[in-house]
Parts: sequence; structure tokens; C-alpha cells
Amino acid sequence: MSQETVTEIFSHELPATQWDPKKKAIEEAKIQVAMIGFCGCWGCHLSFLDMDENILGLLEKVTITRSSFTDLKRIPHHCTIGFIEGGIANDENIEVLEHYRENCDILISVGACAVWGGTPAMRNVVPLEECLREAYVDSVTAVSGAKKTIPYHEDIPKITNKVLPCHEVVKMDYFIPGCPPDGQAIYKVLDDLVNGREVDLPTEMNRYD
Amino acid sequence: MTVKITIDGQEVNARAGDNIVDVAAQNGVYIPTLCYTRGKPCLGTCRTCSVKVNGSVMAACTIPVREGMEIDVNGDEITDMRKALVELLFAEGNHNCPSCEKSGRCELQATGYEVKMMVSRFPYRFTPHPVDHASRSIWLERDRCIFCQRCVDFVRDKETNQKIFSINGRGTYARIEIDVELANKMPADQVREAAELCPVGCIIDKTQGYDVPIGKRKFEVKSIRERALGGGHR
Ligand code: SF4
Ligand code: SF4
Ligand code: SF4
Repeated sequence: MSQETVTEIFSHELPATQWDPKKKAIEEAKIQVAMIGFCGCWGCHLSFLDMDENILGLLEKVTITRSSFTDLKRIPHHCTIGFIEGGIANDENIEVLEHYRENCDILISVGACAVWGGTPAMRNVVPLEECLREAYVDSVTAVSGAKKTIPYHEDIPKITNKVLPCHEVVKMDYFIPGCPPDGQAIYKVLDDLVNGREVDLPTEMNRYD
Repeated sequence: MTVKITIDGQEVNARAGDNIVDVAAQNGVYIPTLCYTRGKPCLGTCRTCSVKVNGSVMAACTIPVREGMEIDVNGDEITDMRKALVELLFAEGNHNCPSCEKSGRCELQATGYEVKMMVSRFPYRFTPHPVDHASRSIWLERDRCIFCQRCVDFVRDKETNQKIFSINGRGTYARIEIDVELANKMPADQVREAAELCPVGCIIDKTQGYDVPIGKRKFEVKSIRERALGGGHR
């Protein structure tokens, strides 16, 4: 297929079921939260769900817009809170994180990966070329007989030399350490924010593993 | 001889010659330490116990109390300085706690919690530090060394009193070294003690892995603050 014949269709342009206007008005009056996972494992999103029944009370006050749970792929309008999982590992991550910064009042680095790079940052002590070579060319699990090559295409995001903590790319407002943080720690921070309290993660809830 | 000093404005009596960390603990004031451990000579390497003594910043473990000393432990500025010192250690080494055998019983991690560190304000360096697994029972995970020198001073060959660990190079080139020949002579309980003495997960006993479940680990059962204030050895 040549370049000219490629037609781009974005998911938000596809036909979709319309919201009940009453329900829509209720949701839009709530505090808007957008979520995203960059270079992480989605464990922090799962930990968010681990806040158990607290999520019911929280959803009285907030509505989740763009996220993997809602399958919305764009931030529909300005949000109050951006929940960021994962470190920054390619140029697309940078672009999207900047988009979150522009469209959210408050950004939270959730989990070790977002806070400092975490497990993916184990590659930071190895030169990028060596990493890619190990993964694609010298990989012990490579399919035998297949052409050994490091994938490269304009549509594939370009990998950064190092996995960066989110706050090295844009300003982050709060940090919740942990891999993943406990569901109750995530709840505590969100609950402080939606109730206008100063964010305070108590020492006994803070952990780095 | 008893002397009178003030800690955060509170007048207390102390035995002349005792160091500030111990005196503060006796009076219920926690000062974090990473190199100093009660009952062992002071090393003064980590500076995590920095306080203000009559207005000057000093490492509390190195200072014996004297009559009339005014000590500021929990003022905002000095509290933030101690936090910055801990943050520096996290930025300098590579501390991936979820993949660390010491997690939950690590003094650096526990101190991070006590100083309320959420993230390091300094750029994480990601310097490679090669591991050394040449000795029979000790795994040296250099990513995590904070150069406290506990092992250098306190772990010695039983026969000759020679040092087994040493720091080679200075500044950014400094690295912890192990004398493999002497290390191979260490009895199992001395290896265990050395691993325990190391405040972080740098000296790892090869026979010990993740043996305590999350929630039941040393500092989860009793925090480092409680242990420091509780008296006796930590
Ligand atoms: S911090 Fe841990 S749980 Fe969260 S995304 Fe990273 S690896 Fe997964
Ligand atoms: S030494 Fe301590 S702070 Fe460092 S990775 Fe291990 S548990 Fe974490
Ligand atoms: S190996 Fe452990 S005990 Fe020795 S200097 Fe490093 S951190 Fe301290």
C-alpha cells in the first residue's frame, strides 16, 4: 500500500452510542479525571481498582474520561486530575504527557515507573543500541530462520535513550511511590484532592516496593 | 556529669559525653541515622543525622553533648536538609526496591519513609555499578551501596583482624570492594551479620533470599523510628 492511499480514521470519529443527556449532564458536573499508562505494566491501574468499595464513593464525586477503563482515546475536555502511570520511554509518550499537562490542572505520578523510571529504567544502565540488539538481534527466543532486525518504521515511536521520570518531561504536582502503590494510598491522595484537603500520604502508607 | 541542653526548645538533662543522637532518643526525639548504630563507634559518613547545634549544621552522631547546647532537630530548614541527603542517596545509586532482597528490612528505605520522601528532587543518575559475586557466600550489589563504611570498619577477619571490605577510588569513582580470599574464610554467622550490618541491600548473603512475606518484614513489624526510640540495639 503506498502512502497516498492510507486513510486515517480515529476511533473517536467512528459511530458510537450517544449518551443519555441526563446522565451526561450528571457526569459532566463531576470532577473530571483522565488516566494513562506510559512505560509501565498497568499494575498501578489495577491497584487503583484495588481500592475496593471506596471506588463507589469516589465515583460519586469524579468521572473518568480518557482511560483504559473507559476506552476513550482522547481527553474530551479540560480535566482537573491526570493520573499518570509509567515512565517516559519514547517520543509518543513525551507528546501524550505534554498533552495531559496542557489539559489537566493537576498531574499525579503514580507508581515507581512514573516517579523515577522504575523497573523499565533497569535498561538505563545499558546503552540503547545494546538493549535493542539484545531484544531483537541476539535474542535467545528469536524465531529461528527469521530475519534479524531492529524494527524501524515512521509509525513506530522512537525509543528514548533512557526511561525518564515524568517530572523530567513536564511539571508533576504529586507523587505516589510504590510498585504498585497500595490501592488505599491511591485512594487517600485522590480523596484528599477531591475534598480540597492538602495532599498528605502518611508515612505508614508510603512504600517504594 | 550531668549537663543541661535544649532540644527543639525543650530543656533536658543528659550525661556529658553522650552523643546527640542517643540523648535525643532517650528524650523521645528521633534523629535518623544510616551509618551510626548504637553500641558501635561513630563513623560520621552519611550525615543523615544532621541537626543544628547552636545554629551550625553538624552530624549529631559525631557531637558529644556539652552544657548549654541548643539543638534544633525538627525545624523546617534542617528537616528538609536531612530529607535532601536521603534523596541524594536514592538519586546516586540505583534503588529498585521491588527487586531488592533487602526491601522491608532496609534502613535507607525505612529512613526514606520517615523523612517523607516521595521522589528525589535530584536527577536520578543511573550510573552502572558492576556487581561482584566472586566470593563464595557474599553477593556485592554495588548499585545500592551508600558508602556508610560500616562493613569497612566493623567486619574483620577473625584471625588477623584485617579488613575484608574497602572503598576503592574517590568521589564518583568510589566503589566498595571485597577481599575474596578473606571473605571465603568468613563463617556463615559472620556473613549473616555482615549482611545485616549493611544498612542497604549491597552485602547480600547468597543463602538468603526473599524469606519474609510482605507485611511481616522487619520495619513493617516495627518502624525504624520506633526501633531507634526504643533503646537497646536496633
Ligand atoms: S510502578 Fe510497578 S506496578 Fe506500577 S506500572 Fe510500574 S512496574 Fe507496574
Ligand atoms: S537497598 Fe534499600 S532502598 Fe535500595 S533498592 Fe534495596 S530496599 Fe530499596
Ligand atoms: S556495602 Fe553496605 S555497609 Fe558497606 S559501605 Fe556500602 S552500604 Fe555501607
